[in-house]
Amino acid sequence: MSSPTRFPSFILRSLSGRAPVTVLTLVLGAAFLVPVLNLLPESNLFHMPTFMVGLVGKYLCYALLALSVDLVWGYCGILSLGHGAFFALGGYAMGMHLMRQIGDRGVYGHPVLPDFMVFLNWDVLPWYWYGFDNFLFAMVMVALVPGILAFAFGWFAFRSRVTGVYLSIITQAMTYALLLAFFRNDMGFGGNNGLTDFRDLLGLDLRSDAMRRGLFIASALALAIGYVLCLLVTSSRLGKVLVTIRDAESRSRFLGYRVENFKLFVFTLSAILAGVAGALYVPQVGIINPGEFSPINSIEIVIWVALGGRGYLFGAIFGALAVNAAKSYFTVAFPEIWLFFLGALFILTTLFLPRGAAGLITRNPDAGSATVLPAWLSSILPVRKGESGS
Amino acid sequence: MFRAFARAIVVVLGFLAAVQVPNTAVAASDLDAAVAKLTEKSFSVKEAAIAEIVASGDPRAVDLLSAYLEGGLFRNKKTGAIVTVEKTEGGYLTTDALTGSALEKVKKRGVKKIRINNKLRGIVKTALGALQLFSDSTETRLKAARTILANPSPAMVGLLEKALAQEDDADIRESLTHSLAALKVIGDDPAARIAAVSTLSGSMDPSIWQVLGRAADQKDDPALAAAAQQALESIENQKAIYSLIETIFFGLSLGAVLMLAAVGLAITFGVMGVINMAHGEMLMLGAYTTFVVQSLMPNAIEYSLFVAIPAAFIVTGLVGIAIERSIIRLLYGRPLETLLATFGVSLFLQQAVRTIFSPLNQPVTTPDWMSGFYAVNGALSLTYNRLYIIAFCILVFVALLLVLKRTPLGLQMRAVTQNRAMASSMGIRTGRVDALTFGLGSGIAGVGGVALSQLTNVGPNLGQAYIVDSFMVVVFGGVGNLWGTLVGAMTLGVANKFMEPFTGAVVAKILVLVFIILFIQRRPRGLFALKGRAVES
Repeated sequence: MSSPTRFPSFILRSLSGRAPVTVLTLVLGAAFLVPVLNLLPESNLFHMPTFMVGLVGKYLCYALLALSVDLVWGYCGILSLGHGAFFALGGYAMGMHLMRQIGDRGVYGHPVLPDFMVFLNWDVLPWYWYGFDNFLFAMVMVALVPGILAFAFGWFAFRSRVTGVYLSIITQAMTYALLLAFFRNDMGFGGNNGLTDFRDLLGLDLRSDAMRRGLFIASALALAIGYVLCLLVTSSRLGKVLVTIRDAESRSRFLGYRVENFKLFVFTLSAILAGVAGALYVPQVGIINPGEFSPINSIEIVIWVALGGRGYLFGAIFGALAVNAAKSYFTVAFPEIWLFFLGALFILTTLFLPRGAAGLITRNPDAGSATVLPAWLSSILPVRKGESGS
Repeated sequence: MFRAFARAIVVVLGFLAAVQVPNTAVAASDLDAAVAKLTEKSFSVKEAAIAEIVASGDPRAVDLLSAYLEGGLFRNKKTGAIVTVEKTEGGYLTTDALTGSALEKVKKRGVKKIRINNKLRGIVKTALGALQLFSDSTETRLKAARTILANPSPAMVGLLEKALAQEDDADIRESLTHSLAALKVIGDDPAARIAAVSTLSGSMDPSIWQVLGRAADQKDDPALAAAAQQALESIENQKAIYSLIETIFFGLSLGAVLMLAAVGLAITFGVMGVINMAHGEMLMLGAYTTFVVQSLMPNAIEYSLFVAIPAAFIVTGLVGIAIERSIIRLLYGRPLETLLATFGVSLFLQQAVRTIFSPLNQPVTTPDWMSGFYAVNGALSLTYNRLYIIAFCILVFVALLLVLKRTPLGLQMRAVTQNRAMASSMGIRTGRVDALTFGLGSGIAGVGGVALSQLTNVGPNLGQAYIVDSFMVVVFGGVGNLWGTLVGAMTLGVANKFMEPFTGAVVAKILVLVFIILFIQRRPRGLFALKGRAVES
C-alpha cells in the first residue's frame, strides 16, 4: 500500500466498509424509490401519498442534522446543545429566499416587502435582506451564516479551553439568546410568526407533487453527500486526531496538536451541515419560526444521536429516523404518552445503551465510547476480560 | 367656585370659634335648631344652617353633612322629624338623623328629601374636609391634609395654620406644612411665595411637584419662577437617585429569584460535577406543592406558605434522592450522559404533572401580607412581595452557609468537592454524601419553587423558563461556592434591570447571555473558581 497517492486509498477504504455501503445503498435507493412510489396511481397498493413523501423528507433533514451533531460529539467530544441554532439559521436563510420569491402575491400585495414588514409599517427592505432574491446567494448564505457563527463561537470557546459541561451550557445559552432575538419583531425576521406562506422555489409551486419529490430527492442526496463527507473526515488522519482529542485532550495537546484548530474545523463543518439540513427542511414543512431555536429542540437532536449510537455516523441517521418516526406515531396515537416515552428513552439509553443502538450490532471497539457496558453492569455480569471494549 | 370656598372658610372659622369654647349641651340644642333650618326652602338659609351645624362642634355633624351631601337626608312630612331612610318592601324604614333611634315605617310619599344644589355641595365638601382636619383619628387627619394639598385654595391658609398649631403628630405636621406652603406659593405675598418654595424644595410628593411646576410656568413673578425651577431641578436630582435605588431594588429582587433557582444547581454541580437538567422541574414541583398545600387548607391561605416551604423541601428533596439513587449514581464519571439522563427525567416529570394536574396553569393565591407596597415617598415605593423574596433569599443563603460550614455533612460535602478520591480514602462515604447533596440541592430548588409560585404562573413549563437562567448563574458565579452563586445571581439581576430601560427587557436578556458567553472565555471556571489539581480532571 505504499503507493504515492495515499489519499485515494483511504477514501476507498472508508467507503468500502459494510456500514457505508449499506447506508448509501439505502439512502440513494430511497431517493429513487420513494418518488417512483409516489408516481404510481393512487389505486395501486404501493402508492405513497405525497404527505408521506414530505414526512420522510423531513426525517432525512433531521438525519443530516443528527449526522452533524455526531461529527462533533461522537468524534470530537464536543456536546453541543445549540446545534438547533445552526439548523434554524440555515432554515431562515432559505426562508428569506422563499419570502422574496412571493413577490407581490402576498396579502398586502407589496412588490418588495414581505407581508410582515408591511404589517409593521416598514418602508424599506432591511439591508440584510438584500441579495436573498437570488437563489445562489441564498444557498451560499445557508452555509455561510451558520458557518461564520460557529467559527466565531468556536474561535472564542476553544481558544480559551472551555470544555465539557461548560461548553454545553454556553452553546445552550447561544441558542437561547438567538431564540429571544428572533422573537423580536424589530429583528426583521417575522418575529413570533416567523416566515411562512411560501409560494414557489426556482419557479415551481412548492405545493406541487413534483416539487415535493424534487425536495425529497435533494434531501436524500444531501444526506448521502453529508454522510460521505463525514466518513472522509472521520477516517482521515484528521479524524484520528479528532478521536484522540475526544479521548485525551490534554495528551493530544502535549503531543503537539493544535487542539483548538481541529475542534474549530470540525465544529464549523458540522454547523454548515446543520444549516444545509435546515435549508432543506423549511420548504418541506412550509414554515420557519423562532421555536426552532428553543434549547429543548437542540437537546432532542442529541438524544437521536445518543439512541442511534454516537461515533458511528450511521447510528445518528438511524436514531434520527427512528425517534422521529416514533414521535410522529405517538404524538398522534397517544399524545399523553409521548413525553413519557421520550423521557424514558433518554434515561434508558444513557443507562443501558451507552453506545446506542449501533453499539448492539457492531463490534468495532475503537468507535464509540471506551466501554461497552457501564461499569456497574459489567461488574455484575460475567463478562470475560478483553470482550468489553479495547 | 372661589366664592364657595370663601363661604366655607367663613363657616369653618365659625366652627373653630366653637371649638375654642366647647359646650356640648348648648351645642347639641344648637344642632337641633340648625338641622331644622335645613328644611327651609331658601338656599341662603340652608347655607347659614350648614355654618351653624359646623359651628356646633357636635360629633354627629360629620355624619349628618355626609348624609346631606349624598342626598340621604329626609323630612317626615307628618311629624317633621329629620330622618335617614332605608328602603324596604312597601315603604321606608326611617331613622332619626339626630338621635339614631329607629322611627316608624312610612310610605314613600310620607317623606320629603331635603334638597341640595351644587353651590351647597361645594360648601359641604370643604366643610367636611376641614372638620376632618380636627378629627380624633390621626389617619383621617392625615388624609384630610393630603386632600387639601391636591386642590389648594388660598382661602384655606388660616384654617391650616390653626390646624398646624394644634397638631402633635409629626407626619401630619409635615403634611400640613407642605399644604400650607403650597397654598402660599399661589398666595399674594411675594416674599412668602419665595419662602414657601424653599420649604417645598426637596419634597417627594407628586402633588407638590405639580404646585412647583405651575409656579415655574407662571409669568407674573420671574423671581418665583426661577426659585421654583431651581427647586424642581433639585427634586429631579433626588428623583434620579431614588430611581437608581429602585432599579437596584428590582435588580436585587430578580437576583434573589435567580439565586433561589440556581443555588441548588450550584451545590450539586460543585459536589458531584453533575449537571441536573431536571433542576427546573424541582422548582416546578415546589410550586405545585404550594398549590396542593393551598388547596388542602383553603381557610388558612395566610399561613399556607409556612406549611408549603417545609413541605416543598421534603417532597423535592425525596424526589431528588430517588433520582440520584436510581439514575445518577449509575452514571458516575460521565457528566454529559448524566446531563442527558436528567433531561429525560425532566421530560418525565413535566408530563407527569400534566397528567396528574392539567396542562393548564394552576391558581396559587398570594397571601394578603405579601401584596401591597411600602411607600418610602412619592418617588420610591417597594412592593412587599419583592421585599419578602429578597429577605427569603438571604434566609436560605444563610441557612445553606450554616449547613455547609457548621455541620458534619457540610464538611464532608466540601471535602468531596475538593477531592473526591482523597475524601473517599479518608473514610467519607461519598455515595451517601452524593445522595444527600442531591437531596439538599433539590430541596432548596423546591423551596425556591414556593417563592416562584408567588411571582409567576404555576404550570408544567415553569421549570423550563428558569433552567437556562440558573445555568447562567452557575457558570458565571463558579461552582461549588455559595458566594459565587450569590454574587453571580445578584450581578446578573442588577445588570439586567439596569439595561432594561435602555434596551428593553428582551434585548437586556440577550446582552446578558452574550456577556456570559464572552465572560466564560476569560474565566472558563466562573467568577469564584475552585483551585487545585483535582478540579482539573
